[in-house]
Amino acid sequence: MRPRDYSLRGPDARRAVETGLAAAEWYHSEIPRKTMKDLMQRRDGPAIRDTLVWLGAMALLAGTASWLWVAGHAWWSLPFWLGYGVLYGSGGDSRWHECGHGTAFRTGWMNEAVYQLASFMMMRNPVSWRWSHARHHTDTIIVGRDPEIAVMRPPALARLVLNLVGIPDVLAALRRMILNAAGRLHPEEATFIPPSEAPKVVRIARLWLAIYAATVAAALLLSSWLPLLLIGGPRLYGAWHHVLTGLLQHGGLADDVTDHRLNSRTVLMNPVSRFIYWNMNYHVEHHMFPMVPYHALPRLHALIRHDLPAPAPSIWAGYREMLPILRRQLRGEDVALRRALPPTARPYRDEFHAAPVAAE
Amino acid sequence: MPWTDACATDAIEEEDVIRWDHGGRTYALYRSPDDQFFCTDGLCTHEQVHLADGLVMDHIIECPKHNGQFDYRTGAPLRAPVCTALRTYPVRVEGTRVLVDLG
Ligand code: FES
Repeated sequence: MRPRDYSLRGPDARRAVETGLAAAEWYHSEIPRKTMKDLMQRRDGPAIRDTLVWLGAMALLAGTASWLWVAGHAWWSLPFWLGYGVLYGSGGDSRWHECGHGTAFRTGWMNEAVYQLASFMMMRNPVSWRWSHARHHTDTIIVGRDPEIAVMRPPALARLVLNLVGIPDVLAALRRMILNAAGRLHPEEATFIPPSEAPKVVRIARLWLAIYAATVAAALLLSSWLPLLLIGGPRLYGAWHHVLTGLLQHGGLADDVTDHRLNSRTVLMNPVSRFIYWNMNYHVEHHMFPMVPYHALPRLHALIRHDLPAPAPSIWAGYREMLPILRRQLRGEDVALRRALPPTARPYRDEFHAAPVAAE
Repeated sequence: MPWTDACATDAIEEEDVIRWDHGGRTYALYRSPDDQFFCTDGLCTHEQVHLADGLVMDHIIECPKHNGQFDYRTGAPLRAPVCTALRTYPVRVEGTRVLVDLG
């Protein structure tokens, strides 16, 4: 396997710029301007409804869980904590994502409010991560450029598994929060955050650190886990769903290509997962047209499916196609899944990719 | 520099934008909801993406790539990741034609 350096300041980062892979022109399916304009239209209705359900369910679950916990029924409170945790530690991920794009709501302040809240829940600095996610969209799965590659080659298996309960991500987030609160940016952050934004990064890190310190202090003072079960803890025990769905986004697919059909995966899912994930299961569509709001993605999918590889029919099916590839990558093979396109699709343009994708 | 004929007024829908390539450069032409016309450079100042593929909302153009936003009347950047202003050009309507002063 070609060794890959995922740091943003290493040899692969230089290679990506030299070969024109960085900030390249990407393939996209044809959609008439009128239709696209219609798809991009913002609406408040769907996101207000979903946010009320999301926050309402969290309040209800957390309230019931806390009441049972305080009343000494720790075991009975467990399912309520699990429900609350998933909405917090996984629902927070998709809310962070959609509102970061600024497409979830039509009204700006609503996007921003949910973005700030979800960023806090996911322990992602809202300023830094806005920039890192912009880079993820410019240079999706380009080695040395994309700071958000979840499944590297070879896959860091232990890290992936531990992240189902958020451990590596939270440890990294806390380390970064402390560094930022001390007034500094990590050198990698400095490659995608302009200096003018640095003070904002620091301000947020300090505020959050104070909130988490207060939560820990309350737990100590009360000699109770309750404050941590409510704040911060769910980022661990509720993370599994966003990791489970997130790994499918690009896992086992090509890197260093400029066609999202080769490096992203659309997965059809049950309605509960889609609510938690806010339709990000339409991942090829989202990357091709990031300005289409989550609620319009099913419509977009129907319009361009003739030009995309068939979606995985379920989460389970997605894993069944991904895991054998990851196993082979773990053994050192340089393989990626290359899914067949329907006859109606425009073919992959291999001449535009730095290295041909190993066929599977 | 004389005014350059860019397009017909009805080539742009209300609250919309089109791409206009001229003299080896690319521009974006806008028609606002109050039926006025504007012209800016065609590429986003963040990463050279054609703004004409983006969305016009009121007096804002949203870049299709990362939702950087500009006020297309002044070129002012309004939302990260855009930090640098967009160049704007004076526009005049003569009959059914949109004319741009490219300076
Ligand atoms: S390219 Fe326009 S906002 Fe990034």
